[in-house]
Amino acid sequence: MPVALMKVHLCHKDREGKDNNIMSKEIIKIENLKRDFTMGTETVHALKGISYTIHEGEFVTIMGSSGSGKSTMLNILGCLDQPTSGTYEIDGVSMKDLSRNELATIRNEKIGFIFQSYNLLARTSAIENVELPLLYNSKVSTEERRERAIKALEMVGLADRLHHTPAQLSGGQQQRVAIARSLVNNPVLILADEATGNLDTRTSYEIMSLFQELNKQGITITFVTHEPDIATFSSRTIVLKDGNIIQDYLNDNIQSAAEELAKLPKEDH
Amino acid sequence: MRVLNLLKIAYKAIVLNKLRTLLTMLGIIIGVASVIAMLAIGEGSKESIRTTISSMGSNMITVRPGEDDRGPARGSGGDVQTLTLNDYKEIKEKSTLLNYITPVVNGGGQVINGSNNWPSTIYGVYPEYLDIKVVGLQSGSMFTDAEVQSASKVVLLGQTVVDNIFPDGEDPIGKLIRFNSIPFTVIGVLEEKGENTFGQDQDDIVIAPFSTVQKRILAIDYLNQIMASAASEDDAPEAVTQVTEILRAQHKLLDYEDDDFTVRSMEELISTFSSTSEMLTVLLVAVAGISLLIGGIGIMNIMYVSVKERTKEIGLRMAVGGKGSDILMQFLIEAILISITGGVLGVILGLSATVFIEKFLHWPTSVAMYSIVISFAVCAITGIFFGWYPARKAAALDPITALRYE
Ligand SMILES: Nc1ncnc2c1ncn2[C@@H]1O[C@H](COP(=O)(O)OP(=O)(O)OP(=O)(O)O)[C@@H](O)[C@H]1O
Ligand SMILES: [Mg+2]
Repeated sequence: MPVALMKVHLCHKDREGKDNNIMSKEIIKIENLKRDFTMGTETVHALKGISYTIHEGEFVTIMGSSGSGKSTMLNILGCLDQPTSGTYEIDGVSMKDLSRNELATIRNEKIGFIFQSYNLLARTSAIENVELPLLYNSKVSTEERRERAIKALEMVGLADRLHHTPAQLSGGQQQRVAIARSLVNNPVLILADEATGNLDTRTSYEIMSLFQELNKQGITITFVTHEPDIATFSSRTIVLKDGNIIQDYLNDNIQSAAEELAKLPKEDH
Repeated sequence: MRVLNLLKIAYKAIVLNKLRTLLTMLGIIIGVASVIAMLAIGEGSKESIRTTISSMGSNMITVRPGEDDRGPARGSGGDVQTLTLNDYKEIKEKSTLLNYITPVVNGGGQVINGSNNWPSTIYGVYPEYLDIKVVGLQSGSMFTDAEVQSASKVVLLGQTVVDNIFPDGEDPIGKLIRFNSIPFTVIGVLEEKGENTFGQDQDDIVIAPFSTVQKRILAIDYLNQIMASAASEDDAPEAVTQVTEILRAQHKLLDYEDDDFTVRSMEELISTFSSTSEMLTVLLVAVAGISLLIGGIGIMNIMYVSVKERTKEIGLRMAVGGKGSDILMQFLIEAILISITGGVLGVILGLSATVFIEKFLHWPTSVAMYSIVISFAVCAITGIFFGWYPARKAAALDPITALRYE
């Protein structure tokens, strides 16, 4: 929230960093991050050396045209992929210093990741899909796991679809199962890759208001989207183009998704 | 807690992929079962040949007319007429290593008692026959040398013949029966011997004095064979040589001429048969080995492909926080559950098949413990390894790489 209150239009991470250190800690810090994909003789430079810092409690949207490197970047932030070069510090710890098991634990306990292509387990009910991250957390009991999964599905409006398998759900419903799965482990950082891409305006506003709610509770959110109106709900926008950051600005007029939702005509639903 | 979760995950995955599980198990089941059943047949026939032959008297020596060119299982050599009663007399007189000796003539015909008749084979022999064949009598007595001399019309019957021509269970001793058209008095019933390894009924037999059969029934002047028994098992090989020499002299064969008769000892027969059954076992072991190999390759394939196919699933599990070791344990547990269950079912199926073969096909079987252990171990280890190995490779990837696997 402190960041959201700042009226300054920022392009210099130096200043941003200085101002925020006083109030909250850096949860994501990347520096000169590069990611190359080699396919045979050809090399794709998906990320060409990007740097920025995200503080705890920020709600950042990442925008950019298709193929600009948004998913590539988010995968690295989610500890699902390794950068070719550059540094990534998550909560003050460099990713390079973490073992595979430590990364798994971070993914399990700290991060909620929503995939662009959902990645639900086929032939598995919604509730079991949502329970999945908790199965790998030995601190959560069977009963608690079930309770939390049901609660997460309720939050995304799927309380009546607990036992449906992905094949029995619409695209938007599958997307919401994926969102519920990312919430179930009470993450401190949510990374969403076009989490509302398949939802109608009303449902996506509902999801955005849910995210705003979570953000108010202190959860940091990084949200990839193509839709400019979705970006107005966030506190900061980073725009990528061809693997570079071309814009990084704070949003001085954050809209409330709940209010926008109320303004929508009823027949829209 | 952790282990319980992993068991739960593995169990869910197995239930989730019923068809895959079934196919993998099927490969293991068939592999294990076929190896057990095949080796049971091989072991069984080997054992049964061994026991049959040794019960036939291992001192026995047979002389048949004709050259030895048709292997061990040849017939009576009926159309070769080089063996005569004089040969018998010469051997009996000159040989020093034989206890008992008898000429044998035999022929087929109908055994008739009133309205019951039964086709059987009649053997014309001397009383020594019983000592040579090591057969006793159930009832009655053997004919005497005097009865042979006088060509008496007396017979001894095997149990099968008795069962068929005396269906009401009367005592056959003293009864008058006919063989073809000639009347005989039954004076004895032979001890039951059952089937031999080759499925022949050893009780389907009629025994009568040699001269009676040779003259009155067959009307021939040659012998079908001469049977003898060596004084001891150790004497048998030397007795064979001796008999051969006597007969060559008797037949006035020149050095370059081949024998026109065949002398065999039981021991030779045993070794011939046991090498045949040995070959059978080797063959069955080879077939079993091949089916085990094919089964193993099948298991390997389906395990490998199905785990490979689940690379995406592995990626997702890692993405939501599964550690490499969690993934590996899950697949290991899955593979163990599938392989062990399949192996146990395979053993059950193999044993059932063995019982079935014994009961309905009447083949002798004997289940060897080693066949169970080896087939189970090979299939289970293959299943487990190829369930684990591709999973290990997938779990070593970055989550996103595994997730992107198509
Ligand atoms: N595994 C990979 N192998 C090779 N090239 C890749 C791989 N992943 C991404 N790329 C390339 O990197 C570039 C950036 O891809 P990325 O998925 O990050 O785009 P994006 O911004 O998420 O696009 P979209 O909005 O369509 O999802 C693309 O040119 C893509 O072809
Ligand atoms: Mg993308």
